[in-house]
Amino acid sequence: MSLKGAGYIVGAWEHPTRKATDKSVTLLHAECAKGALDDAGLSKDDVDAYYCAGDAPGLGPMSMIDYMGLKVRHMDSTDVGGSSYQVAVGHALQAIATGRANVCLITLAGRPRSEGQATGTAPRAGNPSQAEMQFEYPYGPATANMYALCAMRHMYEYGTTSEQLAWIKVAASHHAQYNPHAMLRDVVTVEDVVNSPMVASPLHRLDCCVISDGGGALIVTKPEIAKSLKRPLVKVIGVGESAKNQAGGETELTYSAARWSGPPAWAMAGIKPSDIKYASIYDSFTITVLMQLEDLGFCEKGQGGKFVMDGNLISGVGKLPFNTDGGGLCSNHPANRGGITKIIEAVRQLRGEAHPKVQVPNCDLAIAHGTGGSLGTRHVGSTVILERE
Amino acid sequence: MAAVQRKIPFVGTPDTNPETKPFFDGCVAGKLVIPQCVQTGKYIWYPRGISPFTLGPVEWKEVSGNGTIYTYSVMERANPPYCIAYVQLAEGPKMMTNIVDCDFKDVKIGMAVKLKFIDTENGPPMPFFAPA
Repeated sequence: MSLKGAGYIVGAWEHPTRKATDKSVTLLHAECAKGALDDAGLSKDDVDAYYCAGDAPGLGPMSMIDYMGLKVRHMDSTDVGGSSYQVAVGHALQAIATGRANVCLITLAGRPRSEGQATGTAPRAGNPSQAEMQFEYPYGPATANMYALCAMRHMYEYGTTSEQLAWIKVAASHHAQYNPHAMLRDVVTVEDVVNSPMVASPLHRLDCCVISDGGGALIVTKPEIAKSLKRPLVKVIGVGESAKNQAGGETELTYSAARWSGPPAWAMAGIKPSDIKYASIYDSFTITVLMQLEDLGFCEKGQGGKFVMDGNLISGVGKLPFNTDGGGLCSNHPANRGGITKIIEAVRQLRGEAHPKVQVPNCDLAIAHGTGGSLGTRHVGSTVILERE
Repeated sequence: MAAVQRKIPFVGTPDTNPETKPFFDGCVAGKLVIPQCVQTGKYIWYPRGISPFTLGPVEWKEVSGNGTIYTYSVMERANPPYCIAYVQLAEGPKMMTNIVDCDFKDVKIGMAVKLKFIDTENGPPMPFFAPA
């Protein structure tokens, strides 16, 4: 059974906050849920399935279902970090296709900024019974240096340069100037990026995403309900998910799980990368974008550096407009998880509701890809392909 | 940037995962002892009591401690800065570690390195690597 077209995204809402000192994480989740339901023209009582991940306080989905007063017959709390929400869209499609759900609510929220988390630079001790913990934590794996390990090896194997990586931030900043909610709205240059302080070589401060509070929510529903609503029809036509890791010591750091999550999504959708009009690509760091673009097939492996140069990712300038909200690099990375905002901006583009300065003309096919976990150790890639019907 | 040795943290105790006792016993004795997949002969990193290649048994073997740097990153935001890396052991697997006892500016991918044990703050000594 193909899941192509089994579900439509009818509600998509991003919380405007980037610093929420006066709200709890649960309240942010619930405000996002309300925003997405209002966007869709549905109510809380229409929801019969709920999806969340590790950013939702409580045991699995239970506390949030309680807090929001939901009554559901299907739920999923698969936590694969920032790509959890692409995974949730795929799992919602499965539930809809098998008659287990009609209206699926997906939420994300967090407040790492208010809580003062040193998200990218402080190693976090986990449970020592987690198998790898005792063999990694002593060496200081944070987030930034794990992605830096990939960037360093990519540079070694393919000749990728810091200036090429910088073009990814430059493109994001061109888009963020039009987003009133973006944390970083100043347009930056390649020189600004490569001259910013080194965090974890070869990644500079401006190679890194923002740390922001906020959240987002999505409503996925079956075709009959989608067509009864007043919103433009955004159909899910391809999904894929895959996990990549150190493979028992046969570690290869120059590619991501997108190499495996992309092909099933492309096959389901029946389209190829050159058909895509707009791409939301997970942007925890500039290197994340570059590797995913290669692994999703937008260019040949190793050619990502050349592909992103000279504004090729800037809407109205280049061939592949990306992250037109400013992305995680400039706008928002709520709960240190950027997956849901990738899908939300793709929906805006397909509806024609992106900012006029960055709206892609005749945008009918879009991709929203997520990477969760750590590119340098173990992570999950998850791909969603969407079509404006 | 000369390497100032940071304090090395450890989480849990060597008994937390009883299956990895041969590794930690090796660390105390100054030997790098890691599992080898009985069926495929492949050495495995990180240490565990079952082969991820077959879900079959492993044997614990001492390896040479010779390796080359597969990739590295200097965490300049940390105080003191440190150089995290994956080192590919002569026996095959790549392991996460730190490069120590050198000016980080001299660190290069492909550089030959040699095993050295360094004490952790609240756990056993752990394997690190310095230029060979």
